[in-house]
This record gives sequence, structure tokens and C-alpha cells, in this order.
Amino acid sequence: MTSKAYALEASHLTKSFGALKAVDDVSFSVYQGEIFGFLGPNGAGKTTTLRMLTGLLTPDDGRVAIQGFDLQTSLVKAKMQMGVIPEVGTIYVDLTAEQNLALTGRYYGLSRERIAQRTKELLSALGLYDRRADRVRTYSKGMRQRISFACAIIHEPSVLFMDEPTEGLDVQSRRLLIDMVLELNRKGCTIFLTTHNIEEANALCQRVAIINKGRLVALDRPETLRSSFEKTQSVEVSFDPPLDGDALCGGHVSKVETSGDKFILYTDDLHGTIEYVTDIARQRGVRILSLRTRGPSLEEAFVMLTESTSRGCVIND
Amino acid sequence: MRGIAVTTEKNMRIYYRKAPVVIFGLLFPLFMFVAFFIGRELEIELFFPAFLAMTLFFTSSSVGPLITPWEKQARTFERLLSYPITVGTLVLGDMAAGMLFGAAISVLVLLVGVAFVGVGISSIVLFLAALILGAICFASMGVLLAAPASSSPSNIMMLSSLIRFPLIFISGIFIPLGELEGLRLATSYASPLTYLVDAMNHAAGGPTSMPVVVDIAVLTAVSAVFLMAATAIHKRSLMKGL
Repeated sequence: MTSKAYALEASHLTKSFGALKAVDDVSFSVYQGEIFGFLGPNGAGKTTTLRMLTGLLTPDDGRVAIQGFDLQTSLVKAKMQMGVIPEVGTIYVDLTAEQNLALTGRYYGLSRERIAQRTKELLSALGLYDRRADRVRTYSKGMRQRISFACAIIHEPSVLFMDEPTEGLDVQSRRLLIDMVLELNRKGCTIFLTTHNIEEANALCQRVAIINKGRLVALDRPETLRSSFEKTQSVEVSFDPPLDGDALCGGHVSKVETSGDKFILYTDDLHGTIEYVTDIARQRGVRILSLRTRGPSLEEAFVMLTESTSRGCVIND
Repeated sequence: MRGIAVTTEKNMRIYYRKAPVVIFGLLFPLFMFVAFFIGRELEIELFFPAFLAMTLFFTSSSVGPLITPWEKQARTFERLLSYPITVGTLVLGDMAAGMLFGAAISVLVLLVGVAFVGVGISSIVLFLAALILGAICFASMGVLLAAPASSSPSNIMMLSSLIRFPLIFISGIFIPLGELEGLRLATSYASPLTYLVDAMNHAAGGPTSMPVVVDIAVLTAVSAVFLMAATAIHKRSLMKGL
């Protein structure tokens, strides 16, 4: 057993397929009750890492512990702690929704009564109770993904792995799943989310890790990660009456651009620049009509991190 | 044990009714039986133990090859592997599904034989031992056939037919072992089906070629080898084809 402060600990994970090093010395930990995002472009090593974390692949080097249980020495105990939603709707289409849930529940050793109770709870919450006796092959993609989600949480796992869970879903199914994930997290479940959807990661995750070419290139809070790219931070401001742009040069402002009736002030110090702008407005006796910061989005940070490996790592564990 | 039981139940619910299982497991032995007997004046009682062995061979080995490729193709395999079970559990669950299918159909065939053809069993204990061991042996062979990395059930079923069909012609089913000699006899000893046919003949009081202890020992040893090989190969090729 290792530290219980972490729900998941991955250390020095390495996996090669022939000459290709798919994952290269990746280490990180996920805190209890955290929503952790794992991002990366296609082929970066996300799926390989996820498969090592869920015990599907054995790493060439390194180790994984789930709730303190080492995957190599206590595989079944570690798997009992987790629920997994693979990327595609992987449930048995020849079985009904009820049968899929019962099958999963039995694999986790739940009693018949508990399975029946959880099935009713989950299918009702997911809006599929009336369709419980229909074969899954008659379901839409969104409905299948909801059943897949229900299967993954029927045993109330303490760690939930989700691989692109909302990919290709309609808005209703997507919102339903996100609400349920947040509810699970409120009850203490740790969420490990792999996604291409940067905005979703930004909105849901307390920390994100970015992997590129098999190596971890960033690990931090989304906001910290965005603001670490200081050169593209800016403040957008408009005044009433309008000011001359030259009046705004100074302080930490490195460049001023006009955009319609607004000014964009590029800076490496957002806080100092906002104070500078409010001082100018006070001194000149003008009102600030609008003011907002424009950092690089998480998407921009992601692109910058994954486009060039020469930037090195931004890891703040 | 729970994992094996749940896997077996899952396989029974999903795969027993799949077309390849029905065609290769039920229709083929029936067609072989009909093709051999129609228009020929043969004593059916004499050949019945061998046909029973052939039925057990086909039925029990028809489920295993289908499961893993089908799961990989349907993309259910990754979730299955995430459940709290080991590869050994999966292999045993797949084997048990094939074994139960083969044993149930063979008992049914025997009952039909007893009721309508007048077939007799001289040793029920020996028959049950041969039935269970044969079912385990050839269900394990079926699981082993599924071990190569493939997400195409049709490819694996073709491979399995390629291996299974020659065995029925060299195992004393259509020509009793006593009538074989030289290379043909030596080849028949290389087939595990030969020992099942001989054990069934022992149970039915028919003509035999080897002591029943040898039949039982060979079937047990081959079952163990098939199971160990299936587990080892499945472990190695687990993620291939996903």
C-alpha cells in the first residue's frame, strides 16, 4: 500500500511498441476527490497511458497504484476500486440495458438486491428506465453511452476513468453525463478524464496534464497553465470618452492595439496593467466602460505546448 | 470463481445463438453423420460412440474461437478487461461456456440414440468422465484457436475449421482404429480426438485400441497444455486488434 492522499499514482511509466516509444517516463499523481484532465493530440500516448493506468497494458517500466493498490501486485483489488468508460460505447448490444448492468454488477460482486436497486437508480437518473428491457442494439449512440456510463459506476467506484466520454454525443446526453460526473465527484469520486475537448477540460478539471510525443509536457491548474504563456496575455479596455492610445503606453504594457472602440494592451503583468489602466482613467477623469483580461485560452496553451517540444515542461505538481 | 461463473454466463447468453456456433457446432456434425450413413448399410450402434465423440468435439470447440474475436470486433473487449478479473479467469470462463455447450448437446444426442437407435452405455461413470474430459479438452482447444490477435471472427472460424476438419478423418471416427496401420495409425495417435473416440468406445462396450487409463491421461494432459498455451498467448496478444 502507498499514500492514501492520492487516488492514483503513476511513476516513471514507459511503454514501447517495437522501436516506437509510445510513453516515455511519465509520472504524476491525482489527489483524492480531484477531477483530473489528461490531454494530448492524436498519437501523443493518451490511450496507451490510460490503458496502463487501468491495468489493460503492462508498462515496460514504472508502476501504477490505485487507492494504494499496486496494479502489478494487486491487480484485482486495484480494479475493484475503479470504473472505466472506454472511448467507444462498449456494451453488449445483444443484451438489454438491465442485463448489461446486472452483468457488470456481478463482476464486481454486488448482490442481486443491490444490483436491482442500483439499476433502478441509474436508469431512472439517466432517463432510460422505461427502455430497460430493450436490447441495446435498438438504442441511439447517446443512449448507449449513458448505459456505458451506468455500467462504469454501478459499483460506486472511488476512481472513475473516462476516455472521451462526451465525444459525438448530442447536447442533452452530454449535459446529463457531465451533471452526473459532477455529482459523483461531489460524493468523493476521483475523476480521470481523457479528452480532446479543451473547453470541457477547462470547465471541469481542477488540474490538467498535457502529453505530447509520449512525454508529459505540462501539469497544472488550467488557469495557471494559461497564464504561464505571458507574452500573449492582454487587457481589453474601452473608455468614455475615448482616450488617445498613446496615453496608454507605459507601465508593464509592451504594445497597444486598437480594436473598434477598444484598446488591447499586451503585457506580462495582468495585475499591474489593470492597476495602471484604472490610475490613468482616474487621472484623466474618464470612465472605464468595459475591461476584461485576455489570456491565452487553454486551447492556445495546449497548441503551444504540443507544437514545440523546445518549450520544455510546465509542471507544477 | 465468481469471475469465471459470470464470464461463462455472459458467453452462454450472447454466443450460443450466434450463427458460426450453430453452423460449425451443430449443423456440421449432423451433416457429417448424415453424409456418412445415408445409402450405406452400416451398424449405427457400432459407430455411435465415435459419432458422439465427433459431436462433442465439434460442439465444444465451436464457442471458444468466436468469443475473443467477436468481443474485439464489437469493441466490448476493452471494457471486459477493465473488470476485476485476470486473463486466466477469462480463458476459464470461455472454456467453461464451450464445455457446457458441448456436454449438453452430446447428452441430448446420446438420449436420442438411446431412445430411437437402441444405443447402450455399459459404464455411465466412464461415459461421464469421457464426456467431461473431452468437453474440457476441445473447449480449451477452441479458446486456444481464438488466441491469435484478430478482431475478425470469420478469419478465426476459418482457421479453426482448417484445424478441426482434418482431425475427424484421422481419429478413428469413420474408419475404426483397428483397421488402420503404419503411418495412418501413427498419425491417428497424434490426434487427441482419437483418445476421446476410444474412451467413448470403452464406455459403450465397443471395440477399443488402448487402455482407458491412457485415454483419460492423454485427454487430461492435452487439456492442461491447451489451457496453459491459451492463457499465455492471450496474455501476449491481449491488446492486439483493438
